[in-house]
Amino acid sequence: MAKNVKPRVKVPKSAAVGESIVIKTLIKHKMESGQRKDKDGKTIPRSIINRFVCDFNGQNVIDVSLEPAISTNPFIQFEAVVLEAGEYRFFWYDDDGSVYEKTKKIAVG
Amino acid sequence: MTLSRRDFVVGASCGVGIVAFSALPAQASLLDETISKFTGGAEIIPGGIVLDTPEIAENGNTVPIDVSAPGAASIMLLAGGNPVPAVATFNFGPLSGSRSGNTRIRLIKTQEVMAIAKMDDGTFRSAQATVKVTIGGCGG
Repeated sequence: MAKNVKPRVKVPKSAAVGESIVIKTLIKHKMESGQRKDKDGKTIPRSIINRFVCDFNGQNVIDVSLEPAISTNPFIQFEAVVLEAGEYRFFWYDDDGSVYEKTKKIAVG
Repeated sequence: MTLSRRDFVVGASCGVGIVAFSALPAQASLLDETISKFTGGAEIIPGGIVLDTPEIAENGNTVPIDVSAPGAASIMLLAGGNPVPAVATFNFGPLSGSRSGNTRIRLIKTQEVMAIAKMDDGTFRSAQATVKVTIGGCGG
């Protein structure tokens, strides 16, 4: 597992039924592109978050595949439609096989 | 061939640049390859996507990109001038609130950023925007 990886998510606490909400996510990650070279001219191996998924009560909201051209500390913003109260689950998949997870609850009304 | 000191200094300092340039012809086909992998060779109709990018990016390491395509099942972002043209692909699920996404990307130099959307009806739409980059990203 890469060091100092910290996911952060911003979801409104509540929303009206049928409302579209904006979700902002950011994960602290160096996103080493595999293009850079170290002092000795050796290529620094690629190490990135290659996939981001957001689910709500088991249903998919968005599934993003990320390439090395995504900036350090990948930021992803998207919209989700709220049909019921429940829990958002966020997953970030690292090149090294680890998965970082975060959950956020939302109420309706 | 004799190598003068000047040639050597210029060559050494531009080492990364030379590698990048010699890779140019391969890059164009890499872009086409990435596109056809996504579209399966289908025709791409321009329009139908709003691609919001800054006109001038002072820092190529983090360029904000906003894309939205009503009726899209997935949207692919491409940067043809980068060593790897693919940037990201947004796949929208049933609970997606709008067919849009916003992220921050790396651009190595001034280039055209492209978005291709796969619509729900199976057609493909595209949009392009030029971003001027003052300081390139990707390191080197």
